[in-house]
Amino acid sequence: MNTRMLTGWGFGVPGTIILIGLIFQLVTQVDSTFYFAWGYYFEILIAGLLQGVMYSLVALGFVLIFKASGVFNFAQGSMVLFAALTMVGLMEWGLHWALAFAATGAVMVLLAISIERVVLRPLVNQPHIILFMATIGIFYLLDGIGQTMWGSELKSLDIGIPRNSVEILENVFEGGILINRYDLVVAAIGAVMVAVLAVFFHKTRIGRALRAVADDHQAALSVGIPLKSIWVVVWTVAGLVALVAGIAWGGKLGVQFTLALIALKALPVLILGGLTSIPGAIVGGLIIGAGEQVSEIFLGHFIGSAIQSWFAYVLAMVFLLIRPEGLFGEKIIERV
Amino acid sequence: MTQPALAVAEPPGRIKAETQPALLAVNSIEVIYDHVILVLKGVSLSVPRGGIVGLLGANGAGKTTTLKAVSNLLHAERGDVTKGSIEFEGERIQHLTPNDLVRRGVIQVMEGRHCFEHLTVEENLLTGAYTRQDGAAAIQQDLEMVYGYFPRLKERRGSQAGYTSGGEQQMTAIGRALMSRPKLILLDEPSMGLAPQLVEQIFEIVKRINEEEGVSILLAEQNTNVALRYTTYGYIMENGRVVMDGDAQALRENEDVKEFYLGISAAGRRSYRNVKHYKRRKRWLG
Repeated sequence: MNTRMLTGWGFGVPGTIILIGLIFQLVTQVDSTFYFAWGYYFEILIAGLLQGVMYSLVALGFVLIFKASGVFNFAQGSMVLFAALTMVGLMEWGLHWALAFAATGAVMVLLAISIERVVLRPLVNQPHIILFMATIGIFYLLDGIGQTMWGSELKSLDIGIPRNSVEILENVFEGGILINRYDLVVAAIGAVMVAVLAVFFHKTRIGRALRAVADDHQAALSVGIPLKSIWVVVWTVAGLVALVAGIAWGGKLGVQFTLALIALKALPVLILGGLTSIPGAIVGGLIIGAGEQVSEIFLGHFIGSAIQSWFAYVLAMVFLLIRPEGLFGEKIIERV
Repeated sequence: MTQPALAVAEPPGRIKAETQPALLAVNSIEVIYDHVILVLKGVSLSVPRGGIVGLLGANGAGKTTTLKAVSNLLHAERGDVTKGSIEFEGERIQHLTPNDLVRRGVIQVMEGRHCFEHLTVEENLLTGAYTRQDGAAAIQQDLEMVYGYFPRLKERRGSQAGYTSGGEQQMTAIGRALMSRPKLILLDEPSMGLAPQLVEQIFEIVKRINEEEGVSILLAEQNTNVALRYTTYGYIMENGRVVMDGDAQALRENEDVKEFYLGISAAGRRSYRNVKHYKRRKRWLG
């Protein structure tokens, strides 16, 4: 990321936000039934962005595995569910949430090791589509195991994150801006996690090896990088990310079977941000989160509500047409 | 492109190859791909400690397969060594993983460079040190050593390897292998797709690495002319067999090699009968 790109984003993003606001304000001149206020607009925008962070958390897990093995891990959603279920189950046994977190982390490491042993190792050198099919198998397996072990009723997951809302900027906007503290805390945790991942990938020996494997399996083998242990590391990291996502989503919606389906919301995020880019997963999530909230509230006035359920997919389709590698996806480098 | 800086110390004297036991000994190996396709039909060769040996021949002769059999990259391509043995420093190495082999000092530079495109040149070099346990200081020192041989890489250290030129990628690939502190580099087709002048330059550096760092090199190359000038001993392969071997000097002067691989012939164009004679001879040698 160079400085030109940074200034571009630095001006482009606030510019777009203000431009959209101005357009809405113009609409109020034409249509008197349409309600718009800047404070209200920003409140929705921020709520949308925080929602977007939650999407990013799920999308990150996909990116990690896709980058390292070129496999689209269909099971990421059920890994989120499995992690959340295990965490809740352990807490129901009376474990403190921090202990339950550590124990679930260990379970995710074991899961990564067994997936490598049982699924990936026998399928080495097979086409990607075979591995993709295998991840569909893992999806149902995890789904079933999780529910067999911990039951399928809706459970609540509470690790003590405050859930009330705070009001900020009361003297700038009328009524101030309400922000949900739960979303805020989750966003902060997400930010820390991304920073840790970035350092891991760019500054450590293993991180560098992971990126090398992502680029060229054969060459990675030739310099002595053992693919097997790299895969275990990748699936472990993806499992831990799934755990954090599971806690965030489980805390918000409760833990139950439908949690596995939030993976479907991660798909458009991936298409937008690029399947191979961690910053892409973040930015994609933010755009989709903010976009769907803002259009639900403001566009819903004209074309009816429930925009939230299709907005992300339409946006993803548009992106597939104009920029198939996504915003930050690795371009296929071609030398002429 | 700038010339590499002159080394401060004089290169140590060459070790007399003949008196040393072979570093690498390949004894009549047979390689089968996918359980059915017989690619190598009994190949034997040896590389002395400190030697630089050429493995020559046309497309599909089995050069790359031979190198991959040694580095065991073969396994990832569903190939198997079914007969014969491969020994490195007197020990059989057939069943070791590439990771073990790199730790022991055998590393392959694959045909077509295979740089990590999205990593910078420097990161590419550092991946070569993945198996090393001797600390960051030693690795940093070797990084400088590689930059000493390839000053061009130092200039481009921050560029993504995918955006560097073919020559720079070849240098990166060789430098990356060097970062593992190898005893033996299996160098596959370093001349591929490069301008003749650049090929000359890269062979020059490979020769210097061989002499100054004491790294032995097994070089697979189609460009017989260049290869025979920089190696000390050569094996010529055809159809999965070694059909001829000898000192590089002797091979360069051999009439058949001249005719078929160097494209020169003192006696002008030969008659068809002589070609048949060569083919008979080839069969006999194989």
